[in-house]
Amino acid sequence: MKSMKKSLLTTAMMTAIAASGANAAGLSDDKVKIGVLADMGGVYADICGKGCVEAVKMAVEDFGGTVLGKPIEVVSADDQNKPDVGSAKAREWVESQQVDAVTGLVSSAVTGAVTKVLTDAKKIALISTSASHAFTTKACSPYNAHWTYNVVALANGTVKPMVQAGKKKWFFITADYAFGHALEKVASGVIANNGGEVVGKVRAPLGTTDFSSYVLQAQSSGADVVALANAGSDFVNSLKTAAEFGLTEMVDVAGLLVFTPNAKALDPTIAGGMKLTTGFYWDYDEETRKWSQRFMERTGGAIPAMGQAGAYSATMHYLNAVKAVGTDESDAVMKQMKATQPNDFFARNATLRADGRMVHDMYQVRIKNADERKGENDIFALEKVIKGEEAFGAMLAQCNFK
Amino acid sequence: MATFLGINLFGLFGQLLVGLINGSFYALLSLGLAIIFGLLKIINFAQGAMYMLGAFAAWLALQYLGINYWAALIVVPLAVGAIGILMERYLLRPIANEDHLYSLLLTFGVALILQGLFTHMFGSSGMPYNIPEELKGGSRLPFMYLPNYRAWIIIASLVVCVSTWYMIEKTKLGAYLRAGTENPQLMQAFGINVPLIVTLTFGFGVGLAGFAGVMAAPVYSVSPEMGSNMLIVVFAIVVIGGMGSIGGAILTGLGMGVVEGLTKYFYPEASTTIIFLVMVIVLLTKPAGLFGKEA
Repeated sequence: MKSMKKSLLTTAMMTAIAASGANAAGLSDDKVKIGVLADMGGVYADICGKGCVEAVKMAVEDFGGTVLGKPIEVVSADDQNKPDVGSAKAREWVESQQVDAVTGLVSSAVTGAVTKVLTDAKKIALISTSASHAFTTKACSPYNAHWTYNVVALANGTVKPMVQAGKKKWFFITADYAFGHALEKVASGVIANNGGEVVGKVRAPLGTTDFSSYVLQAQSSGADVVALANAGSDFVNSLKTAAEFGLTEMVDVAGLLVFTPNAKALDPTIAGGMKLTTGFYWDYDEETRKWSQRFMERTGGAIPAMGQAGAYSATMHYLNAVKAVGTDESDAVMKQMKATQPNDFFARNATLRADGRMVHDMYQVRIKNADERKGENDIFALEKVIKGEEAFGAMLAQCNFK
Repeated sequence: MATFLGINLFGLFGQLLVGLINGSFYALLSLGLAIIFGLLKIINFAQGAMYMLGAFAAWLALQYLGINYWAALIVVPLAVGAIGILMERYLLRPIANEDHLYSLLLTFGVALILQGLFTHMFGSSGMPYNIPEELKGGSRLPFMYLPNYRAWIIIASLVVCVSTWYMIEKTKLGAYLRAGTENPQLMQAFGINVPLIVTLTFGFGVGLAGFAGVMAAPVYSVSPEMGSNMLIVVFAIVVIGGMGSIGGAILTGLGMGVVEGLTKYFYPEASTTIIFLVMVIVLLTKPAGLFGKEA
């Protein structure tokens, strides 16, 4: 009985797919639906989470709320940083709720699982906050668009100048999952290529509360630089412990992935002076300030993190492409997205490469000391703009989806 | 850098000291559990949640009432202890004559409810709590930099643990306590209010968890999951030390912290499992635990 029901369902679905195929132009199911998938209450909640949902809603409103005369809908869900939860939600969205594109996407482990589901369903992933470079290299797909930043840009932006300045011996405290491993691997490559060496590393589980034993290991390693290949509250906790045990006075501590909410949460006496790479800073120029002001009014005062600004930019570029080609059919939309240059307050000198990598200006910044700060949101001082090509590196031949 | 037989001594001593600090928390928490189990035969699964409650209470008190760390160190254990007393009086006493499994399940349920409630109210990313001004900074030992606050943890928890042990094992009040649970009818016949003793003991054991929570707030981030992460390890420690042995719980708590520190130095990957390995070995060779009396 059950199998009969199933086959009936399959037939119905096939018919539906065939029908939509015959009617390629125009919008499937008379709307464009964007799903925002993110960690809403865990260690990464502050860097995307509800802020990403708000940013996507802002993009939809700024776009006019409709495209080709049909409504644009936004739905959101909590992936709890769990790949199985995230991929199940994505499957439900694309299979039974007519979602056309999914954005947000925070933990690289979740994004890895979700992009597989989306690629199978030929739906677009607009990755805003994940760091791993896998989505445009070994796990590349014609349906991935990776916005904001990735581990390659972080390593080139933060690690390279330090090695070249003579900091040769490195020690890693790494978040023990896909993102941390990727960041550590890419950064280690950059260190080796510039004549440095990795003298040790230790892997801490996601959500570790006590970093003291890891910090001690780093301390006795004889390294010049201790790199924190983690993010969110892991970064905050590990840096706090490093300061408590006097590590920050002995050696350089480099935060490889620092989001503004986390930098803001740290005491300037601990974090002040640290150099890092970011894809966006709210106080960069008039345009960024204007957008960030609106964002802050809607979210209750929290300054936007780079992934939140990226989610807006990616959504806008996607909607523009849907409008231009007159359909939400993914292949056509993706082709259009790659053919036009994203250009807004976030995306500067930007292109969406054939491999799905959004290449744009990155920023090397320094966390301000207490006496430099003019307000509670005055966190970064711009050191240097890094050109996109320099930051993101070359494209792989096998990922060239023309 | 000093080395001996290829071992980096500085690194090793550092890990041992950190182990001792973690062991101090284990000792405080397992002491509370051991008192409650040893005297009342209740397996309190809510002990981890009470520890979390202590940390949150310290944070809330500072945030909204302006109560600083030192005051919180006194007030919060009392408040958490009071919650424990209410819990004993209204939840545990009605089922006191049932099988022990009932109280275990009840306390487990309370723990889950508290954790869920705090996750709902505060999210799971954790709240920052600063180290009190007086204990900032640290001293440079030959082998490591010891932050003052961490040194304070070891001292404070040792003082609390030893005085608790002394009170229960060596004073008249402790004797009443032990006798009251050994033979309640007889004690009552002597005119001693046994139910009151039971309630106060439970409150005290829970208050110890609250105290550990306040101690932990500045070094671990204050988050709803902090208790459940700790509880399983602490239960293993109580089992190793011998269910209900007060001195055993303290010594095993500190000892297991050190064992964990050693493992972190020699084979970090095993550091999260080593305590359970010890537990299995102890259960196989000495089922009553290292310090427990054979039944």
